[in-house]
Amino acid sequence: MDIQAFIKGLEAEIEDLPPGTLKPDTDYRKVAQWSSMHALIVIAYVDANFNVTLSGPDLRGTNTISDLYNLVQAKLKNV
Amino acid sequence: MPANAYIKAISYHLPEKNYSNEDFFSQFPEARAGEENLLKTGVRNRRIIAPGETASDIAVKAAEKFFTEHKIDRSEIGFLLFCAQEFDHYTPTTACIIQERLGLPKNCGALDYNLGCSGFVYGLSLAKGLIESSGIKNVLLLTSSTLTKTFHPRDKSSWFVFGDGAAATLISSRETKGIGQFVFGTDGSGKNKIIVKDGGARNALTETSTQDVTDEYGNTTNNSTFFMNGTGVFIFALKTVPEMINELLKKEGRKIEDVDLFIFHQANLFLVDSIRKKMGVPEEKVFNFMENTGNTVSSSIPIALHEALKAGKAKKGDTIVIAGFGVGLSWAATTVEL
Repeated sequence: MDIQAFIKGLEAEIEDLPPGTLKPDTDYRKVAQWSSMHALIVIAYVDANFNVTLSGPDLRGTNTISDLYNLVQAKLKNV
Repeated sequence: MPANAYIKAISYHLPEKNYSNEDFFSQFPEARAGEENLLKTGVRNRRIIAPGETASDIAVKAAEKFFTEHKIDRSEIGFLLFCAQEFDHYTPTTACIIQERLGLPKNCGALDYNLGCSGFVYGLSLAKGLIESSGIKNVLLLTSSTLTKTFHPRDKSSWFVFGDGAAATLISSRETKGIGQFVFGTDGSGKNKIIVKDGGARNALTETSTQDVTDEYGNTTNNSTFFMNGTGVFIFALKTVPEMINELLKKEGRKIEDVDLFIFHQANLFLVDSIRKKMGVPEEKVFNFMENTGNTVSSSIPIALHEALKAGKAKKGDTIVIAGFGVGLSWAATTVEL
């Protein structure tokens, strides 16, 4: 899955996010109304689509959507 | 004649005061913009314990309702188990006080145990042990949660998902199979994930106990209040629960297809549904009931089971997998044949 598909899939999971809001360099925590529920949506999305369970420290080490995407890719290589 | 423990009947009681999503958004107007995502938790109303009312008070109400609804003679209760996180006194045991309040016989055993969201399944395992090895005929399991008492007034996430309530479950003995095998798990290294840090034996309440800390999502807590690392608990559950259930099914020689219904601890709908999808359990095989109760901790499974029976989603003869998981960290799963 390339980063555009990754973003598209993630945006579909988040109810109040108009498509096109997220870009690879978006600092996702700065997206308006970013809440703990959004964090859970990200974790569940990655788990369901890549079979990768992110940890709390994993998440804290990311800022942008591409950080998140690269983290998932790195985890997939280490499996 | 073999004695097998089984769940005979359940009743529950919720406190009077309702706290709706509208009440929540009046308390936290800044959260309204995220309403659509919050609704993924599946909660619209929850009940809040009255000041001065205790976990044992609502447990007694659940038990009284139980005796009325199921016409079971209280003199037949051989053992009382009280699962809570709030007890009447430092000592004596609250279950002893409940024995007197309910008018249970003096030859009835009684004990308290402190567990949260895994508590109901642990209670079933204790009851099964008592029935199948000690010849006890009827165990009354009371689960009760008054967690909202411990919430910081600005702890948004906790106010949204939790509600108070108590359930009374009777475990009795019969010849045919009832409560099946168990899988248990504990990880004390996760103790800080869900905790009220100060005010117990380890840490006295001091001035620093009430120093507020606000997390990145705007939830304020301090060391004298309830704290939950929601993301951490979500990750824990998403990983642990499917593994636990797969182990249980293996132990029981069953497959997902052989199970009529799954009832997970009603942590929140988004988590339960994420677990369901991860395990590949069809939607119609999962029963959820939290819209008007919220997460009632140790009572969430018996409340959902009672409602599943009422709604005809579960019936006599069905095999149901139940799984509890939460504070401790602690988890357990079992199968019950109704």
